[in-house]
Amino acid sequence: MAGPVRGLAAGAVFVLLWQALVTLADIPPFILPGPVRVVEALWSNLGLIGWHAGITLTEVLAGLALGAGLGAATAIVLAVSPAARYLVRPALVATQSLPVFALAPILTLWMGYGIWSKVVMTVLIIYFPVASAFFDGLMRTPPGWLDLGRTMGATPARLLWRIQVPAAIPSLASGLRLAAVYAPIGAVIGEWVGASGGLGYLMLLANGRVKTDLMFAALLVLAALALLLHRGVGWACDRLEARLD
Amino acid sequence: MTPAPGITLVGGASFGAAPLFPPVHLEIDAGSWSCLLGPSGCGKTTILRLIAGLETGVDFDGQVRASDGRPIAGRVAYMAQTDLLLPWLDVLGNVTLGARLRGQVPETEAATELVARLGLAAHAHKRPGQLSGGQRQRVALARTLMEDRPIVLLDEPFSALDARTRAEMQDLAAETLEGRTVLLVTHDPGEAARLGDRVFLMGAKGMVEAVPPALPAIRPAADPETLAFQGRLLAALREPA
Repeated sequence: MAGPVRGLAAGAVFVLLWQALVTLADIPPFILPGPVRVVEALWSNLGLIGWHAGITLTEVLAGLALGAGLGAATAIVLAVSPAARYLVRPALVATQSLPVFALAPILTLWMGYGIWSKVVMTVLIIYFPVASAFFDGLMRTPPGWLDLGRTMGATPARLLWRIQVPAAIPSLASGLRLAAVYAPIGAVIGEWVGASGGLGYLMLLANGRVKTDLMFAALLVLAALALLLHRGVGWACDRLEARLD
Repeated sequence: MTPAPGITLVGGASFGAAPLFPPVHLEIDAGSWSCLLGPSGCGKTTILRLIAGLETGVDFDGQVRASDGRPIAGRVAYMAQTDLLLPWLDVLGNVTLGARLRGQVPETEAATELVARLGLAAHAHKRPGQLSGGQRQRVALARTLMEDRPIVLLDEPFSALDARTRAEMQDLAAETLEGRTVLLVTHDPGEAARLGDRVFLMGAKGMVEAVPPALPAIRPAADPETLAFQGRLLAALREPA
């Protein structure tokens, strides 16, 4: 109960400060509209914003699912195969020195203005944190558990599945929590570079037409989506860890 | 359980150029308790791991043989200083871990009986986090017994327990592991004096055997001969290397 109350209180303080800033500094609405104007814009464009939010949400969820799946699979392959560790791991780390955002125009060029260039962008952003966190967890299984499993006659596959993977779930969960924060960034960057829909696209469009209130309304919805996603993934991770712990 | 074999380990071990222990000759009798006593870092755990077929990270020059000439791998149950319970499995899940790891159907009924025999019936569905240190080590013993292996390797399994729980666990282990070939690695002279049918002392110079009292193990801790033997073991441990 304390959490939501605190959240509401913080939100109320934020809205008050926002309104005070607009009123006291006499900021024109095309630079910073007040909270009331933004809510009005949100209300009168609910269908439009909802439609674009649906696109962004689809991109984020698809990217999150694919990126988490690929990242987890990579971690397992690396954990199982010393050859893969030797060959792939340096390459994996090297790719992280490249700002993934720089790839957005190329992705748009290759995959067009539809959702797939954004899904791939999201996958690229979250793949590494998930793979890296899960891999670390898989490699840090307490050695005693593995010794015990070996004396019991476990095959490497069963050691992995029954001991290493469950033991690494908390690490995977921290990777996924990070991924939930990064995923909307990937999708919105992709939309800014070139899109025919989505909240990032809508914000650019509104900006170009000086519909600043609509831009802020879209931003508000984006923030709400990101927060919900963060909470949702956090909740799922908590459930997963509680089952294990 | 198949008949318990004796085990012979002959050889020395080193880390590259640095010797860990000089060539030793360890004879573990079939179906009885042998205690390997020594200070930390003398290589006694390495000897246990060599017998268990586990990774040791040392160069071992020698061999490990079972008296019946068959391989030791697959006939060993292992119990360590920490209970090694998996926190995400309940007591029964941990006791039947071996079957799961071998892809067999866990014998839940047998495991339930065993858990009850070790006084854990009320805890069968609890996770390790809800148990005390002594209870957890009982679960580890149940898991070891569930494996039903003729050779049991114990690496200081009671050293983290308080004196009373330790004595209880020693009694319980002696009773339940009867008839198996047991190697107990320990740094506690009292434990070796109580439990060892044979006692081997390990130090930097190598391994020597200390002859325990005629009274069969498990000996009462207050038995004068056992206490005197414990004193001799401690004195031998304290001799400068």
